[in-house]
This record gives sequence, C-alpha cells and structure tokens, in this order.
Amino acid sequence: MNHWIVAPIVLPAILAPFIIMVLRYHLDLQRIFSVAGVVALLGIALTITAQAAGGDIQVYELGNWPAPFGIVLVLDRLSAMMVLLTALLALPIVLYAIASGWDDRGKHFHALFHFQLMGVCGAFLTGDAFNLFVFFEVLLIASYGLMTHGGGSVRLKAGVQYVAYNLLGSTLFLFALGTLYAVAGTLNMADMAARVADLPSDDTALLRVGAVLLLLVFCIKAAVLPLHFWLPASYASAPLPVAALFAIMTKVGAYSILRMYTLGFGPEVEATQGLVGTWLQPAALVTLAVGAIGILGSQHIARMVAFCAITSMGTLLIAISLFTETATAAALYYVYHSTLATALMFLVADLVMERRGGAITPTAPMPQTGLISALFFVGAIAMAGMPPLSGFIGKLLVLDAARDAPDVTAIWAVILIGSFVTIVGLARAGSLIFWKSHDVQHNTERDPENEEDITAPPAPEPNPGLAFTAVFAMAMGLVLLTLFAGPALEYTNKTAEQLFTPENYISAVLGGDT
Amino acid sequence: MEALVASAVGVMTAAGIFLILRRRTFPVILGLSLLTYAVNVFLFATGRLALDAPAVLNKYEEVPYTDPLPQALVLTAIVISFGMTAVIVMISLSAYLSAKDDHIDMTAHDSVDAPGDDA
Repeated sequence: MNHWIVAPIVLPAILAPFIIMVLRYHLDLQRIFSVAGVVALLGIALTITAQAAGGDIQVYELGNWPAPFGIVLVLDRLSAMMVLLTALLALPIVLYAIASGWDDRGKHFHALFHFQLMGVCGAFLTGDAFNLFVFFEVLLIASYGLMTHGGGSVRLKAGVQYVAYNLLGSTLFLFALGTLYAVAGTLNMADMAARVADLPSDDTALLRVGAVLLLLVFCIKAAVLPLHFWLPASYASAPLPVAALFAIMTKVGAYSILRMYTLGFGPEVEATQGLVGTWLQPAALVTLAVGAIGILGSQHIARMVAFCAITSMGTLLIAISLFTETATAAALYYVYHSTLATALMFLVADLVMERRGGAITPTAPMPQTGLISALFFVGAIAMAGMPPLSGFIGKLLVLDAARDAPDVTAIWAVILIGSFVTIVGLARAGSLIFWKSHDVQHNTERDPENEEDITAPPAPEPNPGLAFTAVFAMAMGLVLLTLFAGPALEYTNKTAEQLFTPENYISAVLGGDT
Repeated sequence: MEALVASAVGVMTAAGIFLILRRRTFPVILGLSLLTYAVNVFLFATGRLALDAPAVLNKYEEVPYTDPLPQALVLTAIVISFGMTAVIVMISLSAYLSAKDDHIDMTAHDSVDAPGDDA
C-alpha cells in the first residue's frame, strides 16, 4: 500500500497535539512548526498529486481491513487536486496570520489551524460516508475554535449561531446516513454506489429520501440558497485570515456533492433522478443572484467579501449541476480560482480593516493605501471574472459548458448579469474606500501640525513585509492559474473523465470483484 | 416496538425543532440535544430492531443476531454530539458573559465593525 495517501491526515493530526501540548507557551516555536508543517503538507500534496495524475485510483485500507468492511482512503485525481488546493491555500494564510499578529490575539491558533487542515484533507480523501461525517466534525470543531479566535462579544455571538447551525447540519447528516445505511446496508461509498444501482424499485422511496437529505447537508456546507444564512454573519465576524481559510470549507460541500452524485446518485439512477438538475440548478442560480445583490448592498467590507464567497459558490454549483463532463472540468478549474480569489479578498479586507475599519464609507487615507488598493483591484478583477485573470477563463468555461443545456438562457443571463452587478458592487466599494478618501473634504480633518505623522503612519501589522508577501503570493497563485490554464484544464478534463467513469472507482475500492 | 421507537424519534425531533426555533440560547441548546438524542435512537434503529439478540455471529449454530455496525455508529455519534454540546455551551456562555445578553439572533446594534478586534 502507498502510505503517502494517509500522510496529509497523519501529519496535521500529530503536529496539532504536539503544538498544543509541548509548545503551548512558545509562540515563536509554534510559528516555526506550524509553517514547517504546512510546507511539508504542500510537499506531500504535490507528491500525491503527481502519483494520481497517472490516472490510477489508489486505495489505502486503514488497519488493512479490506473494503467494504474497513474504512478506506481513496486517492484519485479529484481528491489529490483538492488536497493540493488546501495546502496551497494554507501556506499564505498561515504566513499572513503570523505576520499580522492574528495568531497572538487568542490561544491555540496554530493547533486549531492544523486540526482544521486535518479535517479538510480527510474529507477529501476518505472513501467512506460515515468517515466523511467524522472528518466534517473534525474540521467543524476546529473551525468553531478558529471562528471565535480573539473573542469579542459580536464574534462570540456570531459563533453561537454558526455552531448551532452546523450542529443542526450534523444532525441532518446523521439522519441521511442512517437512512442510506438502512436501505443499502453499507457506508462505503463505492459499495453503496454498486448496491444502489441494482436496488429493487420498491426500496427507492427511502433511498431518495436519504439522497435528498444528503444533498441538503452538502448544500448547507456549500452555502447554497436558501441554506446560506450562516455564511455572511459568520465569515464577516470571524478573524479574516480564518475566513480566508474557510474559503475551502464551502468547497468541501461542493466536493462532496460532486463525489457522491457522480459515484452513485447520478441522474441515470432512477431513484435520484432530477435531484441535481431539477433542484440544485435553480438553487445555484438564485444563490448567484442573491450573492451579487449582497455585494452591491453591503455596508461593510468583510460582509461584502462574504457575499463574494456566496456568488462564487453559485457559479461553481451551476457548473456542477449541469452534470456533464465538460461542465465538471470547468467547475474544477473554477474551484481553484474561486478559492484563491475569495481568500485573497478576505486577506485584503483584513489589511483594510486593520487600518481604517471595515465600513464602506470615505475616511482619511490609510497607510499603504496604494499597495492595498492595487491588491484589492487584482482581487476584484479575479472575483468579478474580468480578463485577464483566471476568473474570466473560469466563467467562460462554465458558460461554454452550459451551451447545450436546456436552460441555457437562464444560466447565461444569471451569470452575466450577476458578474455585472458584482463588478458594480466591487467598483463602488473600491472607489469609496480607496479614491474618495483622497477627496479634499475628507482631508480637512488632518491636523497640519502633525502632517508628518499622518503621511507616514506605522502599519498595524508587526511584520508588514511578510503580510504583504503572503497576500502577493495569493495573487500570484491567481496569475499562475491564468498563465498555466492549459495544463490545469488538461488535468481537470482528465479528472472529469475519471469522475464520469465511476466503475473504475468502484472496482478499485472493492478489489475488482463487482 | 416499532411504533414506540418511531414515535419516540418523531416526538423528540418535533420537540427539538420547536426548541431550536426559540430566541434564547438555552432552549436552542436543549433543542439541539433533543435532536441528537432523536438521531441516536434513529441510527440505532437503522440496523433493524431485534430483541434479545447478541451483536455477534455464532458460527456454531443459527441464532438471531443484531447488526453491530449501527451500534458502533451510535457510539461515535454520541461522543461527537456530547463534545459539540459542550463546545456550544461554552461558546454561548462566553457570548452571554461578554454581551450580557443571551439572545441568539444578531440585532442591528451588533454591527460587524465592532468585534472587539484587539481584545
């Protein structure tokens, strides 16, 4: 067996308790180990992505128990690319959290950060539905700690809502798994898919209930309308570097939809017919529309970026709900783009909020306003999907994939008008925050006596150089994704091809005897 | 037996949903606990209800047995929901103590601009 597969879970699982128990009072050592851990995770992710790129589906049997009796981890192209995305996202964020001093504003930031990475990587790699639930809980319980990191009454209050909502989601997840187990008699995803396919037609009612419940759970995680209520308040009140990390969490929901519904509950199965197309697609369209309106209406930069996250989930789920190979390839490209773009916007929002507060109103110019506005500009272009950055390519691919869909007019209209409203919203916020601040009337409050202090006030970060490096690294990721769109698309095309031949996955997991 | 278990799950779920729709944190937490009880009983029943049957196979004679897997799942679910309930109790307690208010909804007064940044 290839032990690299379990490494992305084991590494953070060892590192996090080590940080919390041994390095408890040594912030510097915590930082060193945390960054080293993320770099190692990136190395592991690159290794397994290279291994998966060949197209083999590799199975890791925990405790050497063969599937479907034991829990398996499955490495295919999709899980490898998602683990790689997690590691790529984590590195700039951990550097930014260190540079901005966010990790010093509460306890155990780095330990929780690694527990979160463990949950996310585990959710991407597991091939067992109940194990997926367990990894969801791991990532959620770490996210509860990170979300309330630093304290403050508003953040705690938003935290209570977030925890209550997610506990409800977990309960629903258990109901769904219970129902599916009662019908299929197994929790292994591949085994379940094989059994669902030849289930007698009398049992399909219960199966459909289970599949709908499961879809609801994943939609809660992916913040699909009307189950998105938790997202704006939680993300806007969380520490913003943490919110940037949470950009991957909504993608865990999208990943799970893609995994479960390409594997076993696709449109070709009678019991779950129309679930993705008929129900998910309109919801995704409305999600995109409401997200765009939210961007336009936000009075606060963190809230605006949270709505950006919702719009990008809308576009992503439109592509997933088309449920064709080309659309899935487009969706996978868009996953990379939207995760990096959302995280970039959250980091820029944090730079802004640390300097002048988050309200989208003109105030006196802040320190390093030119640099930050340039980064905001890059993030906004990427988010809105304008050329030359990867958002444009991603949206173009999604639009192109929708060409043959029955609802092509609705999809094109929503995506294009949604993008336009996003551009207007982001332009409004950017000009109010960065340009209007230079108006004469806002500069009158300057005290001419202290002119020197105001023109060069200190940056609030303890280490502004590293903070900007981290944010630029995130922007660089978007640029690279644009430059290497060809190879990336080749990979996602092959991934989609692999996803739409679930027989290979099933036979790899069950040892080829089906 | 089936009717008893089914109605227990149903009543607990209904009561749980009623309670989580309340506006203060304490009833909401109670409602979440009731929901997790309901889901635990439900999970237990997914392996079919069998009375007085051991959860192991006997390879020497044909005896009735019950499915052991849901019992393992319930154990995991109990542990996780217990831990999560402890977490939400602690978070809502600190939210109550810092805001002097145990309403679960955010009011317009709680603007996102003031999350005690440097506390």
